[in-house]
Amino acid sequence: MAFLEGNALFRNLYCLLAGNPGNAASCSGRDGLLPFDWEWLAFAIVAGLIALALINLFLLFAMFYTYMERRLLGRFQGRIGPNRTGPVGLLQPVADAIKLLTKESIIPNGVDKLLYNVPPVIMIAVVFLTLAVLPFGRNTFIANVNVGVLYIIAITSVNVLAVFMAGMASGNRYATISAIRGVAQLISYEVPMVLSIVGVLILVGSLSLVDIVEGQRIPFILLQPLGFFIFVVGASAEMNRPPFDQLEAESEIVSGYHTEYGGMKFAFFYLAEYSAVLTTSGVIATLFLGGWKGPLEPWIPSHLWFLVKVFALAFVFIWVRATLPRVRIDQTMAFAWKFLLPLSLINIFVTAAEVLLLGQATEGQGLVVSTGGLWLMVAINIVVAFGGVLAFSRMVSLRTTALPVRAGVPQASPQVSEVAS
Amino acid sequence: MPFRSEPVTVNVGPQHPSTHGVLRLRITFDGEVILDMEPVFGYLHRGSEKLAEERTYTQIITLTDRMDYVASMTNNQAYVIAAEKLAGVRPPERAMYLRVIAAELQRIASHLVAIGFLLNDLGAFATPLMYCFREREKILDLFEMLCGARITLSYMRVGGVFQDAPEDFWPALRGFLHEMPHYLDEYEQFLSENEILVTRTKGVSILTVDHALNASVTGPVLRASGLPWDLRKVDPYEVYDRVQFDVPVGKVGDNYDRFKIRLDEMRQCLRIVEQCVDQIEPGPVRAAAPNLIRPPVGDAYGRIEGPKGELGFYLVSDGSIAPYRFKARSPSLINLTVLRDILIGWKLADMIVTLGSIDINMGEVDR
Amino acid sequence: MNGMGIINGLIVTMKNFFRKPFTVSYPEQRLAQHPRFRGQEFTWYEERCTACASCAKFCPLGIIRIVTHPSEKTPTEGDSYAIDAFDIDIGRCMYCGLCVEACPYDALFMGSGFEEAKYRRGDLVIDVDRLRRAEKRPSTWYRPQLEAQRYDPRKGEPMTWKGAGREAVAFHPIQRPAREDAQAKPEAKP
Repeated sequence: MAFLEGNALFRNLYCLLAGNPGNAASCSGRDGLLPFDWEWLAFAIVAGLIALALINLFLLFAMFYTYMERRLLGRFQGRIGPNRTGPVGLLQPVADAIKLLTKESIIPNGVDKLLYNVPPVIMIAVVFLTLAVLPFGRNTFIANVNVGVLYIIAITSVNVLAVFMAGMASGNRYATISAIRGVAQLISYEVPMVLSIVGVLILVGSLSLVDIVEGQRIPFILLQPLGFFIFVVGASAEMNRPPFDQLEAESEIVSGYHTEYGGMKFAFFYLAEYSAVLTTSGVIATLFLGGWKGPLEPWIPSHLWFLVKVFALAFVFIWVRATLPRVRIDQTMAFAWKFLLPLSLINIFVTAAEVLLLGQATEGQGLVVSTGGLWLMVAINIVVAFGGVLAFSRMVSLRTTALPVRAGVPQASPQVSEVAS
Repeated sequence: MPFRSEPVTVNVGPQHPSTHGVLRLRITFDGEVILDMEPVFGYLHRGSEKLAEERTYTQIITLTDRMDYVASMTNNQAYVIAAEKLAGVRPPERAMYLRVIAAELQRIASHLVAIGFLLNDLGAFATPLMYCFREREKILDLFEMLCGARITLSYMRVGGVFQDAPEDFWPALRGFLHEMPHYLDEYEQFLSENEILVTRTKGVSILTVDHALNASVTGPVLRASGLPWDLRKVDPYEVYDRVQFDVPVGKVGDNYDRFKIRLDEMRQCLRIVEQCVDQIEPGPVRAAAPNLIRPPVGDAYGRIEGPKGELGFYLVSDGSIAPYRFKARSPSLINLTVLRDILIGWKLADMIVTLGSIDINMGEVDR
Repeated sequence: MNGMGIINGLIVTMKNFFRKPFTVSYPEQRLAQHPRFRGQEFTWYEERCTACASCAKFCPLGIIRIVTHPSEKTPTEGDSYAIDAFDIDIGRCMYCGLCVEACPYDALFMGSGFEEAKYRRGDLVIDVDRLRRAEKRPSTWYRPQLEAQRYDPRKGEPMTWKGAGREAVAFHPIQRPAREDAQAKPEAKP
């Protein structure tokens, strides 16, 4: 019963329901409530309960995050955020939910029914599925999948499909433009994102998220500053957060791919976007900030440290949203391919070289670097990070010139503007 | 396999979160590249020029307030200068100083709106907009002290201004002049070197000087292209020949220059206001002209350097208490005509930014 | 282009995060209006008004409606008409103040409030009874005699008809050639 190890809550509830002489080793010989052959029912009930509790708790946090974002944005802009509904405005997400639930769901005529209804479900499902492998605290996770990182990357790639379906099925020109931009941007940013994690994997030697947290003697943000930067930027682009939110650029294409969605479907997109920020912060905290690790362990539980790190990252995302203007779509593509991708490759190369040179071969774990070696790596990597960013920012120019209009395409006037830059 | 594509025509319609007012643009795209653009305006036409033929010269001041509703004082000033030319009335000194102070404050307010909305269209999620509006609130409070209203002001009359500034206006003005440069420095720190802003706006939608002159473009748009043409220096009116100030000039005429020049102009406005506050003398604020003036038969064209360009009024009088013809030369309308030529070849995202950088106001375009 | 601009921007935003918000929470707090604010409800002194209808003639929108008939007052008693109707439609008014500027007897003043919203458009017409009954808190717009007394319509007492006229303080806003009745008799302030 491998899934009974390492998850105390699950084990206790399961044994409560289905303890029997068959799994006396795991359940310490107690007898459960269900007869022998009904273990699958115990599994289903306990798993269902835990999943229900987790998803509800997570959605509560997501709702709180929407409120937090609005208030923090207000404070950044010199105004108060929502403060009328409930004490200090805390019931604002509830008001939003009620409004979205009671809205009429208007479906335009020219949509493709199946393609129109499926994307909201996909987007919210992706977010929940990512939660399954995150370790929230010491020995608190749903599944210790030994390819956890690969699983997360694969799941978040499904987002692309949802955005594309939503945009194309809407039958709205703006939504189509947004869908096209969306596919380009989301696919491009996955490459540097994935490559930046490789540095972490080299240092840890395992794809499992629980092992990555266990293996962080020094938080990886110090050991892999370049990787952290690239991952955060890539994740911003994957979540369509400013400054990469051309997909839903309000002033140009009026909400982009979810223009034609109303009511509960829009609520799913809205919730999925904010939940994605929280899960991505969770992934970043696990990979780079040390997960649930923190000082003063017995008094401050590990779950609290995890939450603190997640919300600190969420705060940084809000801060960046309040400050930076939007990057144009061709410039985002240039940024991904010309700036982030080479930097992530440099990161892999430098990390691998360091581990090879500084690591000592140990039994069963491959090359392990000593703590002193790790601090040396920190110093080298920080220098490489700053140097790389500076060097590339000078070399890469993101500005474009006016494209000459293609011959043969009908245009009203024969003149082409001369650009003297 | 031959690759066939066709351009698509999109209607960036009168209702849109970003077009500054009700402006309809019919844009033909090839992918994301703009091939052709046709502005369709007239959605805010209120018939100001015809209405003015039935109103007395003093009542038309309330009409001119509402043309460019963001910069009300300068509208008043241009009209009043035209009417004074027509009627042969000279305003007293103190009135001219007060007018210049009010006009320069209004120029700062208008440029704050322009910068704020330009950055909002760029995607900085309303933060610079809120900062700019916070400063604009202080200017509007000053206007409330001067003339009792905040946006549609009707402060000036033919012959001067209608009432002197109250006593608490001057300390408030000095306080504002003292703290505004710090806020301008904050905007500079926030925006001028921001890489994303620079990348989005440098080199985009270049307007050359020849093209601008051919199209009668005036104002910050012309100065950003490189020509230092400012009516306050070239053809000084009121007391502009007694104050020292510089005219910021851009180099290339791209979006970045048009944005930066407005920041620099705000500093010069503060300089002008400071000098006027030092030079102003007590005295009457309104010439002895009656409320219902009957100018002699003739015509006059009065023009000023407004925040958006050369704002001029052409008045024809036939000897009665209302003008025979009232024509407004609105800078926004004429600046709008170059939008098509500077946008061809750029992308949809640039269209919004360029429209913001030219800074039009639909109340003025449609009158 | 090396990231410093973005860092500067982030610093500015964080600086503003710690400043006090600029918002005034409306029903609990209100912005202090200057006494010169051109408010919504008008202040009219019947004792000073002669129903000359200069205000109606001057209004650019023509929203003041005055209907009078000759009264029995003789010129030596202070000639005036008797008012049958005096309507101001504040639903269409633009609060330009030209009517106040036109009144030669300082009988009409701008009000000082801005909370005159009603549920029906018909309620927005101020008729002569409402003008008579209203609390007199005139704005000091175009009335330098009120400013010379430092009158604040929001905080001070309602102003009487004697204190509101230009003979209350010897002050003329427009430089006119001197006339005999321009020699003001400084009356004791009420």
